[in-house]
Amino acid sequence: MAEYIYLVPLFPLIGFLINGLLLGRLPRAAVNFIACASVGLSFIVAVMLFFDLRALPEGQRVLEQVLFTWIPSGALQVNIGFLLDPLSAVMILVVTGVGFLIHIYSTGYMSHDPGFGRYFTYLNLFTFSMLVLVLADSFPFMFVGWEGVGLCSYLLIGFWFEKKSASDAGKKAFIVNRIGDAGFLLGMFIIFWQVGSLQFTEVMAAAPAVFAAGGALVTTVCILLFVGATGKSAQIPLYVWLPDAMEGPTPVSALIHAATMVTAGVYMLARSSVLYTMAPDALAVVAIIGAATALFAATIGTAQNDIKRVLAYSTVSQLGYMFLACGVAAFTAGIFHLMTHAFFKALLFLAAGSVIHGMSDIQDMRQMGGLKKYMPITFITMLLATLAIAGIPGFSGFFSKDEILWKSFSSSHGHILLWIIGFITAGLTAFYMFRLIYMTFYGKERMSDEVKHHLHESPRSMTLPLVVLAVLSVIGGWVGIPHVFGVTNHFEHWLAPVIAGPHQEAASHALAAAGSSAATEFLLMGLTVVLVLFSIFGAYMLYKKRPELSTSLAQKFSGLQALLVNKYYVDEIYGALVVRPIVTGSVFLWKIVDVLFIDGLINGFAAIYADISQVARRVQTGRIRSYATVFVLGVVAMVGYFLYW
Amino acid sequence: MIDEAVASIDLNLIAPELTLLITACVILLFSFARSMQRGASAVGFAGLVVALVLSANQWGHQASGFFGMVTCDNYGAMFKIIFCVASLLALLLAVRYFSQRGLNRPEFYALLLISTLGMMVMANTSDLVVMFLGLEIMSVPLYVMAGYVRRSLESNEAGIKYFLMGAFASGFLLMGIAFVFGASGTTDLRRLVTDFNFIVSNFDLFLSLGGALVLIGFAFKVAAVPFHAWVPDVYQGAPTPVTAFFSVGPKAAGFAVLFRIFTFGFGDLEVLTNLFWILAVLTMTVGNVLALRQDNIKRMLAYSSIAHAGYVLVALAVGTQGAVSAAIFYLVAYMMFNTGAFAVLTMLETRAGSKSNFSELAGLAKANPYLSAVLALFMFALSGFPPTVGFFGKFYLFASAVNNGFIWLAIIGVMNSFLSVYYYLRVVKVSYFDSPEGAWTPVPFSTAIIVVLFVTAIGTLGLGFFPGELLKLSQTSLIAFL
Repeated sequence: MAEYIYLVPLFPLIGFLINGLLLGRLPRAAVNFIACASVGLSFIVAVMLFFDLRALPEGQRVLEQVLFTWIPSGALQVNIGFLLDPLSAVMILVVTGVGFLIHIYSTGYMSHDPGFGRYFTYLNLFTFSMLVLVLADSFPFMFVGWEGVGLCSYLLIGFWFEKKSASDAGKKAFIVNRIGDAGFLLGMFIIFWQVGSLQFTEVMAAAPAVFAAGGALVTTVCILLFVGATGKSAQIPLYVWLPDAMEGPTPVSALIHAATMVTAGVYMLARSSVLYTMAPDALAVVAIIGAATALFAATIGTAQNDIKRVLAYSTVSQLGYMFLACGVAAFTAGIFHLMTHAFFKALLFLAAGSVIHGMSDIQDMRQMGGLKKYMPITFITMLLATLAIAGIPGFSGFFSKDEILWKSFSSSHGHILLWIIGFITAGLTAFYMFRLIYMTFYGKERMSDEVKHHLHESPRSMTLPLVVLAVLSVIGGWVGIPHVFGVTNHFEHWLAPVIAGPHQEAASHALAAAGSSAATEFLLMGLTVVLVLFSIFGAYMLYKKRPELSTSLAQKFSGLQALLVNKYYVDEIYGALVVRPIVTGSVFLWKIVDVLFIDGLINGFAAIYADISQVARRVQTGRIRSYATVFVLGVVAMVGYFLYW
Repeated sequence: MIDEAVASIDLNLIAPELTLLITACVILLFSFARSMQRGASAVGFAGLVVALVLSANQWGHQASGFFGMVTCDNYGAMFKIIFCVASLLALLLAVRYFSQRGLNRPEFYALLLISTLGMMVMANTSDLVVMFLGLEIMSVPLYVMAGYVRRSLESNEAGIKYFLMGAFASGFLLMGIAFVFGASGTTDLRRLVTDFNFIVSNFDLFLSLGGALVLIGFAFKVAAVPFHAWVPDVYQGAPTPVTAFFSVGPKAAGFAVLFRIFTFGFGDLEVLTNLFWILAVLTMTVGNVLALRQDNIKRMLAYSSIAHAGYVLVALAVGTQGAVSAAIFYLVAYMMFNTGAFAVLTMLETRAGSKSNFSELAGLAKANPYLSAVLALFMFALSGFPPTVGFFGKFYLFASAVNNGFIWLAIIGVMNSFLSVYYYLRVVKVSYFDSPEGAWTPVPFSTAIIVVLFVTAIGTLGLGFFPGELLKLSQTSLIAFL
């Protein structure tokens, strides 16, 4: 079956080529069909590959397919090759599965947009790049996908580029990502320098011999790779682009900026887990950044009024959770949360898109309210997703988040402080999500009559994906029910062969603390659930029961309120500390160094060359005897050189 | 001395050559027939395809025959494939060009085939005399092809100039072969290699002199400075499809024998390394500098072809197996984007009064967006931008130079590439940003040219994205060579 791996990225590529080359010549129905079918076919192949992989004995679940050598250059051999193992199998299922649903949804959402051809072309290209990213068998090929998704993200954020805010947001995303990419590249260079290969299997096999565990080199590599991850996965300090990325169409936010692309950093860390477990210092950095981002973004999320921005900060916060998991060497928990998050956060965005669609493109929750009766399907599905993200027991988010919290407490790389931050964030998450639900679907109908007149439930093509994702949001976590409930954790078991090192360690750790750990785990779990319920109650009081309370509270703490509404002024601080100095410096470089010095030099040389060229042209007289003269002079010089060198 | 196998008359060894010869004869013999008047191009096309298949079939076979006059190896097969493809592309370009001018006669295709046959003879031997024979078989039809448009003064001038200079160069080549024979008693490179040390120690002077003269003879064909003076006039005057063929086919043939002679036969002479160093630097610099101020695109491409010959000469200076495989890669790459550029010119020349001047390109992007897009692609490839194959071609060449200590050569090469960006991108600039003087009617495509553009564009981009297989191929072509 390994020989069919290439089909997974191939189908979206074909879709991209057809829609891209025939842009503007295909009717809407054909474009929709090609775009959806290509991803659907990929999904079918991915499912078949998954079952094939599962049929293999546990130790041998690695399928590799090398199509051909892409760049042969001395020691560097980059293959167009794919690596399918339990980790990438999970990823392709998520990417093609969720991606397929979002493509379907998009056919409804973009039904009034004249740019549908361009939209689906980009979307297919994105799916292709994302699949390359997760299926690549080497760092450089992964980087191709990594840059590809970055490009598509830029194109889709700025999809409505005639709006200045949208094209600015696109540029911001691109530039911030470039900073991270530089880190990724540098990390890759060090790996190649030390290991002499960039093939995942070779690097991971050679790493223990090449790098000293805990040494400076491996720590540097891991931190540089993590810098790449902070860019793509929106972590402190490079998270600033993600909230602005909400300028793109909502399905794009769901697919790229919630479910798939932004989780690429987590995937990369899990893929390099061998390296990270050798570098405890780097792990600590990852854990601290992850936890800090989780808390930081969650606090901002409590004060935003734009429905998509709440979700954007929520995404940043949830990604922080995933990195927290990776940072305590619980990569499995990180990937598990990645998967459940893909379900419920895609659903939240799509439901928000459905709301926006119904509300004639209004995104401000202060103008919503009481939508429950107008959009019942959207409401119910969004509520289910909210219960999942809040971590209500039984829903998917509960299992994955609880796993992370438990690991941040119990892992040998964990710390009680990390747990506390995660714990508080869980409460904040429940609060801002239910604030969103109450402001949107309950209470007074605050929209204008004009908007109310158009208010409607979304078409079938949009609600159907909502329902499917709702089901997944509820049951998606059941594959990873923790040991403490007396069942096998299938998900952990599945990923175990890929996530090396930490596993044995975690297992022995768990064994040592076997007696008390079960009780502790239940206790912590209980505490979290109580906090979550309490937060929901708080949201209920403030935004449903007595909305005036929230206003008076905001007035009372107006300083804090302003701080949160303005996102801690981080954009302004970056502007003053980073952007403005760079701009000033650039103006100097441009006006003085570039125009006067470099251009002067270049133009001078160019003028000299042009003059030489002008003179030399005269040698070319067109007369054959002068040609023969030149020829003979050449012969004389050459023969003379041969004889008397 | 001569064993059975070498003495054998095995027609398989020259099957592609025979195919071309027979096809050319058929075209000529039946040229009176009406159907042949129109069908000559198709017959020629079929002959070339068969020759291509037969050449590919020789891949992996290592044999010698005809008393050592013919040597088949991967290297020869590789070049034969290059010649066939170059010839096929030129043939496709010629059909439209000549029929529009009422000159689509069978003779042209016969000449093209015979010229290709000559190239194959050159690549298929390790004997200097047979190489000379091949050179003449290749060149004589080329002289006629250059002057093929009888009523055009420029075309006539091109033919005559090319012929005179070519005859001149052939004289030096023959004299060189005579000196080599005088020094070593053989014209077979394999025997020369066996006794090389003995010959060098006793007849150093004659061997060196012979080598120098042989080099001059072939340097003329690849248009190395200072034996390049004919190039601009001939390229500009000759019919455009013929120019396309000139810049690719004979050049590749010239390099095929140069590599065989100077990295295999004369491998150890240090004086050669220095000489090639100077030749390479001179050739690329003069080519690029003179290309800067041209107003005519064909002339610009003529100088550009000199510059590109300079890049390939780097491989001769380096002289390792890696360098030669990089050079083969480069020749294939150059065939793709250079023929593509000429294909666009061929199309543009269907406009009345076109002389292929830069100014005529203004407005192309609006009238023929696809055409100007591929033209831009070829220009980017010529200047060596990634992700086109032009980048990898230069990269492999200069990398082989750096790896073998020729750092300055690589630096000069890269600086020259910089310089070339100016005149290549001027084409892009004029076609996209300048406003046309008069009204532009889109140029109609013809099927044959679409095929050429498609093949060359796909080659330029595809090999740029996936250079690995071609590089591997050019590496394996050298297995039994050095």
